[in-house]
Amino acid sequence: MGVHELENLFQQKVDHEIKIEPKDWMPEKYRKTLVRQISQHAHSEIVGMLPEGNWITRAPSLRRKATLLAKVQDEAGHGLYLYSAAETLGISRDEMLNQLHTGTAKYSSIFNYPTLSWADIGAIGWLVDGAAIMNQVPLCRSSYGPYARAMVRICKEESFHQRQGFEILLSLSKGTPAQHKMAQDSLNRWWWPSVMMFGPKDDESPNSVDSMKWKIKRFTNDELRQKFVDICAEQVKILGLQLPDNDLKWNDERGHYDFGAINWDEFWQVVKGNGPCNKQRLDARNKAHNEGAWVREAAIAHAEKKKQRTAKAAA
Amino acid sequence: MIEISNSELQDVPVQKLPVEALINYTLNLADTSLILGHRNSEWTGHGPVLEQDIAISNIALDLIGQARNFYQYTAEVINKNQVAFDLPYVTGRAITEDDLAYLRDVLEFKNLLLVEQPNGDWGQTILRQFFFSAYQYLLYEQLQKSKDSQLAAIAEKSIKETTYHLRWSSEWVIRLGDGTEESHQRMLNALQEFWMFTGELFKPSAYEQVAAAMQIGVDVTTLKGAWMEKVTAVLEEAKLPLPTTPALQSGGKTGTHSEHLGFILAEMQFLQRAYPNSNW
Ligand SMILES: [Fe+2]
Ligand SMILES: [Fe+2]
Ligand SMILES: [Fe+2]
Repeated sequence: MGVHELENLFQQKVDHEIKIEPKDWMPEKYRKTLVRQISQHAHSEIVGMLPEGNWITRAPSLRRKATLLAKVQDEAGHGLYLYSAAETLGISRDEMLNQLHTGTAKYSSIFNYPTLSWADIGAIGWLVDGAAIMNQVPLCRSSYGPYARAMVRICKEESFHQRQGFEILLSLSKGTPAQHKMAQDSLNRWWWPSVMMFGPKDDESPNSVDSMKWKIKRFTNDELRQKFVDICAEQVKILGLQLPDNDLKWNDERGHYDFGAINWDEFWQVVKGNGPCNKQRLDARNKAHNEGAWVREAAIAHAEKKKQRTAKAAA
Repeated sequence: MIEISNSELQDVPVQKLPVEALINYTLNLADTSLILGHRNSEWTGHGPVLEQDIAISNIALDLIGQARNFYQYTAEVINKNQVAFDLPYVTGRAITEDDLAYLRDVLEFKNLLLVEQPNGDWGQTILRQFFFSAYQYLLYEQLQKSKDSQLAAIAEKSIKETTYHLRWSSEWVIRLGDGTEESHQRMLNALQEFWMFTGELFKPSAYEQVAAAMQIGVDVTTLKGAWMEKVTAVLEEAKLPLPTTPALQSGGKTGTHSEHLGFILAEMQFLQRAYPNSNW
């Protein structure tokens, strides 16, 4: 069979919602797109542990401490599933980590913003996990089997995270004036970066066309962004807080909320590495990895010794 | 160390002594679990490899969960018996688990010195966990038989977790002791750092003695033999020497801590103290 026929067959499978599995033939570009997307997603989970991990030791109650710790641990688990899913496409975890550590791989820019107050843990849960869910629920039907299956499990946990974040903000909003202020300040800082999480506008999103055709993606960036704004604009009323956008207004004709202009300069600056915490986050990942090197080496050396001993005993 | 003789015990009103001893005893268990859980949680996001980041976070979660059970029970005992328990910001209401964790200062914390020591490298964290889990396993084994049904129930629930912590940390001690030249060296260093704090595990405070006498608590002196056996076996398999230096550092159980605890509490208690009487 020629490449052209293989491609046709592949596209037919995709069109008929038949999952592509690791051993199936796939276009090289499909494989590359998936590796890029899944590894970026995995990196985001791992780097995302840092801003929230910041507050584990300062969480204001034992219950909050335990839930935050469990949440950050969940994110590590997500990273693990996603690295494994990417490995089915023929790239090793080491290789992916190397790309992260050397700065050649991207991760979600949102994690380059600092967590300055306890309310930020609420805002991240509600908005960042919320935006992640919006992006990820369609991925549960992604054409690539291992990715889709990883996403099913991840999405369940993300919606739990989102509810917890909402609940943190609600407690603060209903709390003392100082707590209410803390919550509002946090939304002021996290709202726009969260809106940017859906990526560039559709007409500036270079990889979207193929991804839609291959059913890696099912909705465009702008469609998902609108959906997110619509939901948050309603939920924020229950919170008794305000989204920092004077142009946010229900549009009857469109059946959606209109919202203000996004600061794309800021978006691209953070993507390019000039966000407030890009350097800290990458430094922290590198430090953990480098300081863990002797541990990983020792584990390998020990396993090797053990293998040799059992081989000797068997001989 | 304060020794309580039988005659001294008889001088104290019968009702009061067991309750106070029970409170102190339970706080000691709670504080120790909380502080070690807190220390372990400092690794979350910074572990040497993803799987172990998850494992150490999991142990942290277990320990914080155990601490919560003990604090909740302590609060219940305090409230039910209307014990005068002085805490800043708390007036005219029942005491909660959070009051006990977040509003007591260094001198009132009763955790073991071992668990408040800084994490150091992964080898030190592992060795500290191993020393502690080997002890906690034996402790819970006995505490399951406590005449206090709540303590017995918490021990019974927790020992399943501790069994896993002990297995996990033993395996890592062996892996690192018998791994590379560097890992072996680092474990020798870890032994040097932490051995001195192990004596305190088996040196009973006054309230532990009372609790043991009342058969609500465990006589920790009886755990030492089995603990040494376990430690000796694991260190031997790890090709590490059993330390022969004295293990004399103690005081945590009665509130005389190392300098590290103050920093832990400053960080941990900051929100509760900066915004008192708030709901989170
Ligand atoms: Fe996640
Ligand atoms: Fe995610
Ligand atoms: Fe999440």
